[in-house]
Amino acid sequence: MSFLGKLSIDAVPYHEPIIMITLAVVGIVGLVVAALVTKYQKWGILWRDWITSIDHKRLGVMYIILALIMLVRGFADAIMMRTQLAAATNGAEGYLPPEHYDQIFTAHGVIMIIFMAMPFMIGLMNIVVPLQIGARDVAFPFLNNLSFWLTAGGAILINLSLGLGEFAKTGWVAYPPLSGLEYSPGVGVDYYIWALQISGLGTLLTGVNFLVTVLKMRAPGMKLMDMPIFTWTCTWANVLIAASFPILTAVLAMLTLDRYLDFHFFTNEAGGNAMMYINLFWAWGHPEVYILVLPAFGIFSEIVSTFTGKRLFGYKSMVYATASISILGFIVWLHHFFTMGSSANVNAFFGVMTMVIAVPTGVKLFNWLFTMYRGRLRISVPILWTLGFMVTFSIGGMTGVLLAIPGADFVLHNSLFLIAHFHNTIIGGAVFGYLAGFSFWFPKAMGFKLDERWGKASFWCWLVGFFVAFMPLYVLGFMGMTRRLNHTNNPEWNIWLYIAAAGAVIIMFGILFTVIQLFVSFKNREQLKDHSGDPWNGHTLEWSTASPPQYYNFAKIPHVHDIDAWTDMKEKGLAYKMEESYAPIHMPKNTPAGIFMSAGITAFCFAMIWHIWWLAIVGLVGAITVFLFRCYSDDVDYYVQPEEIVEIESAHLESAKKEGVTA
Amino acid sequence: MFIRNLSKFALMAAVLALAGCEGGVLDPKGQVGVEEKWLILVSTVLMLLVVLPVIGMTLYFAWKYREGRDHEIYAPKWAHSTKIETVVWIIPIIIVLILGVITWRTTHSLDPYKPLEGKGEHLTVEVVSLNWKWLFIYPEQGIATVNELVFPAHKPVRFKITSESTMNSFFIPQLGSQIYSMAGMETKLHLIADEPGVYDGFSANYSGAGFTGMQFKATATETPEDFDAWVAKVKQQGSSLTKASYAKLAEPTEYHPIEYFGTVEDQLFHSVVMKYMADHGAMDYYSKPANAVEGDASRPAKSAHHHAEAEE
Amino acid sequence: MSTIPASLKPGSHAADHGHDEHHHEGHQLFGFWVYLMTDCLLFASFFATYAVLFMNTAGGVSGKDIFELDFVAVETAALLLSSITFGFAMIAAHAQKKGATLAWLLVTFAFGAVFIGMEIYEFHHLIVHGNGPQTSAFLTAFFSLVGLHGCHVTAGLIWMAVMMIDVAKNGLRPRTVTRLGCLSLFWHFLDIVWICVFTVVYLMGAM
Repeated sequence: MSFLGKLSIDAVPYHEPIIMITLAVVGIVGLVVAALVTKYQKWGILWRDWITSIDHKRLGVMYIILALIMLVRGFADAIMMRTQLAAATNGAEGYLPPEHYDQIFTAHGVIMIIFMAMPFMIGLMNIVVPLQIGARDVAFPFLNNLSFWLTAGGAILINLSLGLGEFAKTGWVAYPPLSGLEYSPGVGVDYYIWALQISGLGTLLTGVNFLVTVLKMRAPGMKLMDMPIFTWTCTWANVLIAASFPILTAVLAMLTLDRYLDFHFFTNEAGGNAMMYINLFWAWGHPEVYILVLPAFGIFSEIVSTFTGKRLFGYKSMVYATASISILGFIVWLHHFFTMGSSANVNAFFGVMTMVIAVPTGVKLFNWLFTMYRGRLRISVPILWTLGFMVTFSIGGMTGVLLAIPGADFVLHNSLFLIAHFHNTIIGGAVFGYLAGFSFWFPKAMGFKLDERWGKASFWCWLVGFFVAFMPLYVLGFMGMTRRLNHTNNPEWNIWLYIAAAGAVIIMFGILFTVIQLFVSFKNREQLKDHSGDPWNGHTLEWSTASPPQYYNFAKIPHVHDIDAWTDMKEKGLAYKMEESYAPIHMPKNTPAGIFMSAGITAFCFAMIWHIWWLAIVGLVGAITVFLFRCYSDDVDYYVQPEEIVEIESAHLESAKKEGVTA
Repeated sequence: MFIRNLSKFALMAAVLALAGCEGGVLDPKGQVGVEEKWLILVSTVLMLLVVLPVIGMTLYFAWKYREGRDHEIYAPKWAHSTKIETVVWIIPIIIVLILGVITWRTTHSLDPYKPLEGKGEHLTVEVVSLNWKWLFIYPEQGIATVNELVFPAHKPVRFKITSESTMNSFFIPQLGSQIYSMAGMETKLHLIADEPGVYDGFSANYSGAGFTGMQFKATATETPEDFDAWVAKVKQQGSSLTKASYAKLAEPTEYHPIEYFGTVEDQLFHSVVMKYMADHGAMDYYSKPANAVEGDASRPAKSAHHHAEAEE
Repeated sequence: MSTIPASLKPGSHAADHGHDEHHHEGHQLFGFWVYLMTDCLLFASFFATYAVLFMNTAGGVSGKDIFELDFVAVETAALLLSSITFGFAMIAAHAQKKGATLAWLLVTFAFGAVFIGMEIYEFHHLIVHGNGPQTSAFLTAFFSLVGLHGCHVTAGLIWMAVMMIDVAKNGLRPRTVTRLGCLSLFWHFLDIVWICVFTVVYLMGAM
């Protein structure tokens, strides 16, 4: 075994022009960014205030930046697939051979779920949840930083696979025996395993962290049933994370043992059972989709009630509906493989349980409707996303129930109908929700609003693009087209494949307009500045802080008397008031331990992928050493002095008064 | 604009999918497929009873209560109504109850493991998915083919399915259900063609580089005699399928041409299944067919589900 | 913290503690509980897999052939005793008795080391007799489930060693006692998991 294990110059796919051009573009963009940071001398700020930050708001921003970058990467994969399938009709081979195409659809799935949707959701949760419950930070701020860097480490690994070696050619579910060593001898599946494993670890730590935060650190007076609805949905998502991610950890570990040490969990030989992988995978995978979508439901709830200027209709119903979705989400995983040959009783049970989930979901939709009822709806970008969601998601939910009927699934399973369905719920549900939350909380996190015109343009492109791209897939599913085909030879399908590709282009404009929106808004940030900290006349505590919030969040922890705590304070005339005196605030210090630990662990994973054993040991020992140093460091906190607090608070009130807010 | 887009596409999709597309799951040519098509249509209509009003109300409320319409009632603190909440819980519950009953019944009546009642004797075809082609063994006729499936129309067919390597899914959309093929296991599927014709068949579960080429034509002949003639042709033209030639066939190939085997080594399918199943202590009964309850005890997925449930 | 005036030190009423030390210890213990629940699910996944695979012996040995209950009983006793001695260590720690704490931790460590030593011996014995985890799905599942528990105990031993050094050097500061509390939860948790392993794998397997 050589010094670099299996890694050699042959691992670089220099004969693949598409990959090499991509790498060159990424390299140039990276250099330009580095040059700009150097030019404006921002390296110090980047390191001190962001990379080493344990402030939940900044970590949230970094999560969302990661998610947006990964959205572009995952979308590049998507548009390549759609153009390949539009080009490769009537028996033509297209421009992507299976060798390459199979990696693309695998990477697309993994990236969009694990490295786009999850970081986006966790980013919003990071920014908002501690503010909503009136806390100064999360329960374990250092762990929060570590979680982010573990997720980032996973993202780095999966992107490394582009230029070093290959990615898995198994589909994002990586079912054995296909993902076993015999049928996937390359490093692709290993990249998959380790990238998922460390980002999964990061997510698990986040779940634990936020559960403790929400259960232990709510502002005085805030009972569980007083928590803002977004916090509630995030809490259930965290329960699901804590309950399901260990299963992913376990199943990936088993696959690792099969591949590295010749174990027989899922092999054909020696009594292995691949069906066990499929069961365990979906025992994680199904709750995972609720982890993605529940917080989005919370976002829509907040937005509907804010933009109609009303209380949320049926708050308790919403909480119970969320709870029942979470619990039911754990007993439906078998609907992902009705065609495996389970008995009719088993299939029917899982089918009916799946349908039952439609009940609380339907209730949620009705509750949003009745929140709008007798309200005053301000049509702004966040509410457009919400309305778009309600229409789109209704269709996605309907096709989901259809797929939950085993008899129907027997002919729709693995077809493009299924692809259309889950994109309908994940784009129309989760992604619309995150983008709604993005425009809703952007002023809170960054201090200025986003440009409305570009935001609306982006929304319409996404919405229209979604329907143009995915409705044809429903049709193709009915026509009998199965997923993951490299090319087709059926003239009747062609038109639908062309339309779908056109839809993907429209969505591309949606993404492009978001980028332009960010650029334009940044340019006009003075005009768009949010002086009061409460740009939408919000209901919950995050709007009581400045925009961006004071780093300690609350000079004095508020006392909560109502679900809409901030509205309550505004109505009672308690808002925008200076306290007579402030006590010093105890705050944690920033630390580079998180990124160092993650660097060690990422190095370990990279070394495991390429069998560079010495580097694996160095990485792991390094990470443990940093952890121990961190554990025994006494220089972890400091106090903010009252003088500084008074200064910051009065500046905020001055600025709020400019906006015409009166105390 | 967005209402127009939506309705346009929904309409287009619906019309074209239902009327225009030949050869898909909405153009079934066999009893199983026909029942599944009706199941899809009936459940869709049932769900539209809720979905359409929700979409309509969304757009209507958004329009009616938009900013600037000050003549409409504004009730900022109104957030609870037992009456409305009862209704919004009960409506979905009723729909799901009805759907649940339909689901329970159809899941049993459409169980792929169940022989088709009242259709007479089944023809048995043993199906092996190989990388990347389909092998069809006709134990009663003593022949085998690669990537060509022929059977008489109006005669129910019992497929016994396994895999040599990776997992695939055996699917002929116009005839109805699909079922996975898995190594070391035997799954079952019962289908019938009520009309003679040539139907597309393929693998509906991705299995690696040559997956796209795992296609075959399934021909339902007009008369049993046509089928017999075809069998005679295969016998005459085909080589012999022994363990040795099977091993050669099992090597990965893409876009494998149609191949005929006039003779098949006895118990070949059984030996393919047993190659791995012998390692499964739990499935000892398989090697003693006398003890096996047809179509139930040999369900492969059973033990895995059973225990995975226990884990929750 | 040495630069902070005495009036602002934790515990004084002047400071507004967003991160109050006392609360923080509560957070740590509670957070550790939540973590243990996730760990529990990790074990549950391996248990479920063992339950599915344990009959798949691929013509090789089954539990009946390889489990030596006497040996495992001693192993089990060592681990159970270590849980009791850890309990004594915690009593001593809460009473701020540094010497007693260290002594009990040492005893616990010794019992834990005996357990791990015996497990390694058992594994080694199986492997040299041709019954390694590569032999059959049953042995794969057996080695993984028992090995996963063994890895946890090993991690616990390393943690315990670090804590002993900490106590010896720095005494029983509140932070140290909290961490000992977490380790004790971890240790008792592993004990409970082992009882399940012993019952499901060894007792039911040998019968």
